[in-house]
Amino acid sequence: MSVNPLSAPIVDIRDLHVRFSGERTVNALNGVDIALAQGEVLGLLGESGSGKSVTLKALLRLLPPRRTTITGSMHVAGQDVLSMDDEALENYRGGVVSMIFQEPMLALDPVYSIGDQIAEGVVRHKGVSWAQGRARALEMLEGVRIPSARRRLDAYPHEMSGGMLQRAMIALALSCSPKVLLADEPTTALDATVQIQILLLLRELQREMGMAVIFVTHDIGVAIEISDRVAVMYGGRIVETGKLRDVVKNPQHPYTRGLLASTIHGAKRGVRLETIPGAPPRLDRLPPGCSFAPRCGLADAACSQGEILAVPLGPQRNVRCIKLATNIAVPVGV
Amino acid sequence: MSEADVLRQEVLAPVADVGGPQQPLLAVRGLSKHFAVGGGLFGRGGVVRAVDDVNFSVDKGEVLGIVGESGCGKSTTARLIIGLIAPDKGEITLDGEPVGPALTLRELRRRVQMVFQDSYASLNPRLTIEETIAFGPKVHGIAPAVARARAHELLRKVGLDPSLFADRYPHELSGGQRQRINIARALALAPRLVILDEAVSALDKSVEAQVLNLLLDLKEELGLTYVFISHDLNVVRFISDRVIVMYLGEVVESGPVEALWTDARHPYTRALLAAMPSLDADHRTQEAPISGDPPNPIDPPSGCRFHTRCAFAEPVCSAEAPRLMPTGNERHAAACHMVDPASGHSRAPVASPEIQHAI
Repeated sequence: MSVNPLSAPIVDIRDLHVRFSGERTVNALNGVDIALAQGEVLGLLGESGSGKSVTLKALLRLLPPRRTTITGSMHVAGQDVLSMDDEALENYRGGVVSMIFQEPMLALDPVYSIGDQIAEGVVRHKGVSWAQGRARALEMLEGVRIPSARRRLDAYPHEMSGGMLQRAMIALALSCSPKVLLADEPTTALDATVQIQILLLLRELQREMGMAVIFVTHDIGVAIEISDRVAVMYGGRIVETGKLRDVVKNPQHPYTRGLLASTIHGAKRGVRLETIPGAPPRLDRLPPGCSFAPRCGLADAACSQGEILAVPLGPQRNVRCIKLATNIAVPVGV
Repeated sequence: MSEADVLRQEVLAPVADVGGPQQPLLAVRGLSKHFAVGGGLFGRGGVVRAVDDVNFSVDKGEVLGIVGESGCGKSTTARLIIGLIAPDKGEITLDGEPVGPALTLRELRRRVQMVFQDSYASLNPRLTIEETIAFGPKVHGIAPAVARARAHELLRKVGLDPSLFADRYPHELSGGQRQRINIARALALAPRLVILDEAVSALDKSVEAQVLNLLLDLKEELGLTYVFISHDLNVVRFISDRVIVMYLGEVVESGPVEALWTDARHPYTRALLAAMPSLDADHRTQEAPISGDPPNPIDPPSGCRFHTRCAFAEPVCSAEAPRLMPTGNERHAAACHMVDPASGHSRAPVASPEIQHAI
């Protein structure tokens, strides 16, 4: 995949492979390319085991180094992520790239107050005084619309509801003004009426702060609410990417089409749903060629041979499928 | 017919219908369950009114959806129906038969079964798939060979080849396959009512659709009745005939699925529907329908429990709890002062003679 030549991307991931070794060898990522522009929101859409969370963790170098083999390249804001030493990583995590997680209760420290947790990061990254750190914490809690923020500074995680905790985690993640925010299903564990509030808040903060966001989700509705561009992952690869509208209204990859057709949104009551047969592949036994081929109605022998390359369909629009009508005459594997 | 055949017919066929199609299969009246929390070492305790005076019925062959956010009491309701916990108050009737001392747990399990959200936690990791499914029938006195044959028959019904799956263990299966096993196990004693508590919520989208199709097929084939509990309104709309909406332990609205979607009367139902992510990239959601989180179910708000988050709240809402009132649509009721002409709420309909008569 080529990088958008118009502006230097803030996140530039090329041919990223991640392999976990141990009892079994798991090929979690198998050639992922992502180029994210400053201020852009990329929705990373996929099912469990498709590699979306691993991509985020690799980008923060959070994967266990002993068992993980990473090849390819990752650059964020011009820095080479894979060559960073421990000290560089400390400055990078939270300062340049920050992450919010699905379960705020597990991500926040239960024995420190919310205000102290935010202040600690600000003091460490910005070199300011503790009082200034606490002031920044208050500013952030107000920024994420936590009611009576001053009082909440001294609250502990167990004293807050799920929605408030998720707001506090967003405040923590954004307190050092990172250039890139990674969001790993941050609304999945929330109630419906709270989920939409958090999505709207993230959208607003993203616009205000102008940061780039990679938002991982399995929910197409959530991806539509938040993304400028989406990348659909399957078997550790991005199988389709493009502007949100193009992908949702005109999906090209058989997996994307199946996924959109099988969502229950607006399905007619009692009428059988269109489904994709089978289940997502196991990453320790990925089929050769296209990993979707065993479930694909269009697949033939060619689909299971060699690497399936991404076919460009337009600017920032790629589909990794050799069965595309537009691609029939073009030789593949070049 | 040998004795074993008689037993087989008795246990592996559904319990005979009693009241005919008009009598609801399940009727729940005044059901309440309160849990004491806290107390002990760390000071004062409280009471979670998990389910508070809940009434509903499920017709034979119907799918009743129960929706609501965490803490609304939907799972507690399920556990009460199937007898995993005992109610504090209220009665549950199955085809006219009161659930209680007269109906033993063993007999209850022949009539009602449940499928849980966590497909892995609800299977015994030390039993093979075949043993898991055959376990219930064996407990009910079916010969092991017959129970095994039953397990194989059910595996085929849920779309899994017995020759491939019968001898496997739960950890060898995918989430979707495990949930099929849980469904097969729930059907092993030929129940009439199956409670599905977030049964598809943990599945991947492409697998969720497969399992929903399976549930529709099985309902058709076996004449089942479902209580389908979910936080996902899209799924509930797809599978349900009628829906009840719960909020902090109470039913706030109930009605046929289309009436609820097109003519919701309770502000909470409307907020839930409006909170669903938009699927149109050109028309994203611009404003959250309600702010804040659901309140703590310990010491819920007075009067209408939703009044703390409701845009239309008036003094009457915090003073008096609204009752479920008919909305005028068939089988559609809402517990909101704005529906009740006599409530004194400024948005309440003007009382017309017919409506008053109907009440």
